[in-house]
Amino acid sequence: MPSLSATDLFYITPEAIVLFFAMSVLIMDIFTEKENKRYLGYFSLVGLVVASVYLWQMRGLNNVSFYGMFVLDNYAIYFKTLFFIAAALAILISINYIKIEDINLGEYYSLVLFATTGMMIMASGADLISIYLGLELMAMSLYILAGFMRNRLKSNEAALKYFLLGAFSSGILLYGISIMYGVTGTTNLRDIAAFISTGQFSRPALVLSMILMTAGFGFKVAAVPFHMWTPDVYEGSPTSVTAFMSVGPKAAGFAAFLRVFNEALPAIQPDWTVIICALAIMSMLIGNVVAISQTNIKRMLAYSSIAHAGYAMVGFVAGGEQGISSVMLYLFIYTFMNVGAFGVVIMLRKGGMVGEDIQDLAGLGKKNRLAALLMLIFMFSLAGIPPTAGFIGKFYIFMAALNSGFLWLAIIAVMMSAISAYFYLRIIMVMYMSEPKGDFDLATSPSMSLAMLAAVAAVLYIGMNPAGLISFARDSIVGML
Amino acid sequence: MTEYIANTLSYPIITLTTFIPLFGALGILIHVRKNENAAKWMALATSAVTFVISLPLLLNFDTSTHNMQFVESKPWIPAWNINYTVGVDGISALLVVLTTLLSLICVISSWKAITTKVKEYMIALLLLETGMLGVFVALDLFMFYIFWEAMLIPMYLLIGIWGGPRKIYAAVKFFLYTLAGSVLMLLGIIALYYQGGQTFEIVKLMGQSYPMQFQYWVFLAFFLAFAIKVPMFPFHTWLPDAHVEAPTAGSVILAGVLLKMGTYGFLRFNLPMFPEAVRYFTPFILVLSVVGIIYGALVAMIQADLKKLIAYSSVSHMGFVTLGIFALNTQGLEGGILQMLNHGVTTGALFLCVGIIYERTHTRMIADFGGLAKRLPVYAALFMIFTLSSLGLPGMNGFVGEFLILLGAFTSQRVYAVIGTTGIILGAAYMLWMYQRVMFMELKPKNEGLMDISWREAITLLPLAVLVFWIGIFPNPFLGIMHATVQHLLEQVNAHSQMAASAATYLH
Repeated sequence: MPSLSATDLFYITPEAIVLFFAMSVLIMDIFTEKENKRYLGYFSLVGLVVASVYLWQMRGLNNVSFYGMFVLDNYAIYFKTLFFIAAALAILISINYIKIEDINLGEYYSLVLFATTGMMIMASGADLISIYLGLELMAMSLYILAGFMRNRLKSNEAALKYFLLGAFSSGILLYGISIMYGVTGTTNLRDIAAFISTGQFSRPALVLSMILMTAGFGFKVAAVPFHMWTPDVYEGSPTSVTAFMSVGPKAAGFAAFLRVFNEALPAIQPDWTVIICALAIMSMLIGNVVAISQTNIKRMLAYSSIAHAGYAMVGFVAGGEQGISSVMLYLFIYTFMNVGAFGVVIMLRKGGMVGEDIQDLAGLGKKNRLAALLMLIFMFSLAGIPPTAGFIGKFYIFMAALNSGFLWLAIIAVMMSAISAYFYLRIIMVMYMSEPKGDFDLATSPSMSLAMLAAVAAVLYIGMNPAGLISFARDSIVGML
Repeated sequence: MTEYIANTLSYPIITLTTFIPLFGALGILIHVRKNENAAKWMALATSAVTFVISLPLLLNFDTSTHNMQFVESKPWIPAWNINYTVGVDGISALLVVLTTLLSLICVISSWKAITTKVKEYMIALLLLETGMLGVFVALDLFMFYIFWEAMLIPMYLLIGIWGGPRKIYAAVKFFLYTLAGSVLMLLGIIALYYQGGQTFEIVKLMGQSYPMQFQYWVFLAFFLAFAIKVPMFPFHTWLPDAHVEAPTAGSVILAGVLLKMGTYGFLRFNLPMFPEAVRYFTPFILVLSVVGIIYGALVAMIQADLKKLIAYSSVSHMGFVTLGIFALNTQGLEGGILQMLNHGVTTGALFLCVGIIYERTHTRMIADFGGLAKRLPVYAALFMIFTLSSLGLPGMNGFVGEFLILLGAFTSQRVYAVIGTTGIILGAAYMLWMYQRVMFMELKPKNEGLMDISWREAITLLPLAVLVFWIGIFPNPFLGIMHATVQHLLEQVNAHSQMAASAATYLH
């Protein structure tokens, strides 16, 4: 049993920094005038930058601390980088938006940072208990963020639904963990793997535990059939929170999902492959087909988010170095394109304009060419059309699936991705091919422009020169398997 | 074995040709604010420069070799062993120059036709040019696919934004049909990558033999993508909609270049890479070809809309091209490739002609015309040239192509050649009947005041008319460029064959 020492604290410096800034925001909030709350947002961004500087100095380490609860490896660093980007983009697109929605409260930023801390702990969790703690920290913060528009019925509904279903799924996850403990006598991932390799275990109980954990993680990544909360919560939450929720927590869910199943349960890989394969097919089918009939753009993106979880799970099923790194690459790319798409939706929200109906975009191509062009690029990227990053992400996943022999899964995935083009194209059609109903008064701000610029630059750059990101993802799992 | 001949010119000719339109588009995007004339002039300059730069591909072409020429190669994504490799052989060199010529003509022809969002229109046209050129010059499968798909975006926008009344339906149909076909090809490409030793290099993938079962499936994956693009019967239903709704330049590009990508795909991938599958599937493809020839011609005959008529005639003509290609002998292949060029020239010109009259009358219904030859004699004469070229009059380009195709098909696939020949008769029928109804008979009172074609419009048609006669009377320069490549292609198709005495060798 390794002992706890002061050096252990070194490995959680990034988490500690984010946490420190989160709490500082809470305290500073008391002394900040309402019109100056945006500085809290900038302050939070500083926190993320400082934490990422520390994080990147730790690259190459492979260390387990806190009695085997907390692991710091390149895999964790990859996902934490992703979380920082997701949180930073989310804060940038929020600063102006929460003023417009009149939810300009300092807690907003600290909750984003708390959620980020939770996600970081999930990515670094080497023990089911620490993963669960991270997951709960993340989830609690998000429940509050979802209901942040206190006076709006839909926001309340979103928060309540998310909370009730989220609590339920956490319960199921915990149940799975407890059965795992019952079977193997430990919650540590490596010890579980070591125990299972001896062959002295009850297989049905282990599979049951695996199924329950799949349900728990499946809820977080919004996979069918655990997706029921997604459209309502995405629609009701403040749009900036939806943007954050659709990328950060989803990636965090996959980070833990992948680590638990590949590190602790490789022995029953055939069993979980079948189940995740089924989830992947259902998510792609239901996500893409139901998205076609949506009229609300946030609901459409919710179903699209379900479908994208399905694509990511195709890489999960493929497994191995290639499969895992394809999921990681996909989530990274998805972060930019999805936050970008939500960013355009947020810009529409100004004055009396809600801008959540697809028809609200009518004629945007005539009135605001730049915003329409951004949306066009994000939509083509989500549809996976080159030369955007979305294509590179899907290509890697299909490559992994074929290499592992999942031909039928890959065929379903490409057909579904062709179907998805229909509803992404519809947005473009409405923007460019319908007549505008009135003038657009877009809510632009310097921070929003920065976020959009970063997102579109990333989508195009990764689309045309993905070599660097691919090696980053591949190097991050060396030694993990 | 195909090898690379590095580019010996002092400048990277293919990279320049491919990406100058892209930079032109970026230039318009950044520099042009309100002045729409500036966008037009910049687009014209860009496409003219591109055309001029692409010419040495033919002038300096080494006709003695089948190897890839003017090759440039650089690593692009090392993790997946993907390289930026471009080059041309006898087939793609011709198509590249056809593309740059038609793009230039399209810019000129759009000068007055496009009145809204001129800047965006020119950007889309130039991006489309880069996409099309990329498809023809890519020697890396991954790159090929990138261009193949990326090209859909500007074409979709061209139809969807500047198209006719049912533009949205047509644009979405075009996009989804093509996408549905090509995603399966994507899986085929990945499968080929693993089977061929983790490389996307087209030339390396050609030089290998694959297991039968593998060949069948990947052949079908590629075939579906290309058959939709050609389009072969029964995958053609997107074409009439796209043509009718697209603006003139969109139709010209669609007929002139995009359809050729399908047959180019057959020549570049299906034939050399999966020879056993080719032999297995040839009868089916020939049936589809002749059905397309006859069906396209019959449906063209009853059309009331000029654009629809030409669209269905495209189905018929492209049926000839696939018939020639899958005749699998020198004449058939050379005829098929030449007919690809011919169809680009002639059908492109016919769409330009329709566009010219549409700009004046805002109708394309044959019934609305009649007696136009009295008012627009120059226009009628040019239209006549392309009509006759389309039905294959000797002395014009269509005749040479169709003659070679039928000659090739007759030596290897007699029955199909005989049935296909009736397509020529039907072709004469619908083209001449259309010409009669539009140009002769009573002049409608509302068409009294029509102006004959302007210099600008004549400039778009004249180069194509010259090509019609050039290819028709003296096709040797064109056949010479493709000859070595075609011979090598036939060797590849027959390389792994048990039956050495295939049609091609039997002929010599």
